[in-house]
Amino acid sequence: MKKYIDQGKNDTRSGFGAGLAELGRSNPNVVALCADLVGSLKMEKFIEENPERFFQIGIAEANMMGIAAGLTIGGKIPFTGTFANFSTGRVYDQIRQSIAYSGKNVKICASHAGVTLGEDGATHQILEDLGMMKMLPGMTVINPCDYNQTKAATIAIAEHEGPVYLRFGRPKVANFTPVDQKFEIGKALMLSEGTDVTIVATGHLVWEALVAAENLEKQGISAEVINIHTIKPFDGEAVLKSVKKTGCVVSAEEHNYLGGLGESVAGYLATTHPTPQEFVGTKDTFGESGTPEELMAKYGLDTKAIEKAVLKVLKRK
Amino acid sequence: MPKLQELQDLTVQVRRDILRMVHKVNSGHPGGSLGCTEYMVALYNDIMELKDGFDMDGEGEDLFFLSNGHISPVFYSVLARKGYFPVDELNTFRLINSRLQGHPTTHEGLPGVRIASGSLGQGMSVALGAAQAKKLNKDPKLVYTLHGDGELQEGQNWEAIMYAAGKKVDNLISTIDYNGQQIDGATEDVLPMGDLRKKFEAFGWDVVDIEEGNNLEAVIKGMKEAKSRTGKGKPVCVLLHTVMGHGVDFMMYTHAWHGKAPNDEQLENALSQNPVTLGDY
Repeated sequence: MKKYIDQGKNDTRSGFGAGLAELGRSNPNVVALCADLVGSLKMEKFIEENPERFFQIGIAEANMMGIAAGLTIGGKIPFTGTFANFSTGRVYDQIRQSIAYSGKNVKICASHAGVTLGEDGATHQILEDLGMMKMLPGMTVINPCDYNQTKAATIAIAEHEGPVYLRFGRPKVANFTPVDQKFEIGKALMLSEGTDVTIVATGHLVWEALVAAENLEKQGISAEVINIHTIKPFDGEAVLKSVKKTGCVVSAEEHNYLGGLGESVAGYLATTHPTPQEFVGTKDTFGESGTPEELMAKYGLDTKAIEKAVLKVLKRK
Repeated sequence: MPKLQELQDLTVQVRRDILRMVHKVNSGHPGGSLGCTEYMVALYNDIMELKDGFDMDGEGEDLFFLSNGHISPVFYSVLARKGYFPVDELNTFRLINSRLQGHPTTHEGLPGVRIASGSLGQGMSVALGAAQAKKLNKDPKLVYTLHGDGELQEGQNWEAIMYAAGKKVDNLISTIDYNGQQIDGATEDVLPMGDLRKKFEAFGWDVVDIEEGNNLEAVIKGMKEAKSRTGKGKPVCVLLHTVMGHGVDFMMYTHAWHGKAPNDEQLENALSQNPVTLGDY
């Protein structure tokens, strides 16, 4: 049933950088903006090849969001780049008024999301961004799972008319989706079929879910793994179809369990097919300094945490 | 160029529109709207180079962004009387299902509006993006903005002011409605902003003062002067010295009418000071 191959580790932010560079060559309307984090966002290639289409804003994220909104008025497709924390919480009002409410075609590209940012600590590790962005009317929210998918998503959102929030991260994580994949916004991907439990995961926790499914198989538990790369619009039908077969669900995300993917799953199922669910996510807490691996373990975001949640939800079927 | 008398007549009529709009729904912001009437009339009917009709990109024409969105009554009246949408639509101001939201938005598709505003301090950033897009598109037209003076207390403005000069965005004219009033009182009392001319100059802007911001001729002259300074490597700031509530004696020289509608009697009094010129909607 495996439809994935381990291609070694890579960082999703580099997937963004590669996608942006490709857009620089293929779409003359694409412009990029950055708030003093060019290297962190891997934007160098785009800038080198298209210096006139790059806007260095300086450490002024609010201004960056407004400038991006204004650039759309001249027919441009702006991609803003900064950390996820400064791409959302710091500029929520600017995104709300000048981008979302105004219906502007801005792509908010957010790196270093979640606790896996690591040693910088809680001030930089946002765990609420998916929730904030998904609550904005008209905002599309995408959280790809690996390097290849982040690259594909970056390219795909240029073709989508309207504001998009694209989330990715710093550490190197497993790269396992096809190089030549088609990225379809809003369409969940079935990665591994099973009959006992549905695991819906997003971001790099999709890989953790696949590993968990393998481990569970050894214990005689058949897990179905679905990659929800698009948090909004949410592909509820894919989840519904799966839980009708399995009867229970675990959601897994590097985000506060409040407001993220898990709540989207619960909200959808509550009104269509009430289903026992367990949440893998941070438990309404801030992060702290540490290595990504240590933090994943401490905050219950790794393979072990997913397996534990599966065993728990199976008892509630 | 339209005759001065025609613009004077339009100015009086816009004042009537503002007063009648806010009176009808007993809400809205007459003070700043009345104070900016000469500027908005001059801008849309003499200063800006505009195409016929409306499209969002506005390529090949000057663009205007209203940053202090609460003065929507003057914006809507000037747009309607310029022909962007029917004048009698002013009747729907702030009513349910209207395109004329309390603060302007693109959400309802009102021709003439290119960005939502209301939460203060964001307009100059948007204008910078639009101005830079014009440069990328080799479009020689200009971008205009209007801001309240109190609005400059929002920090985002200073990010934008720094950027505009640093990146030589010289196809931008940002006007500050320098009336010295804000909701809670005089700006001097709420939060003094010091010498705005010196501040803008220190940030690298070219600054033009229009001392008589409620004198149509002076506004036109000043804005033409501002226009002549574009394209020289610096963004241009216009300090437009106005009186909040101008044209209605009991609304002038106070912040009291910042966001308050006149009652029936006050409306009659205010309208009698601004008799019909072009005809009411």
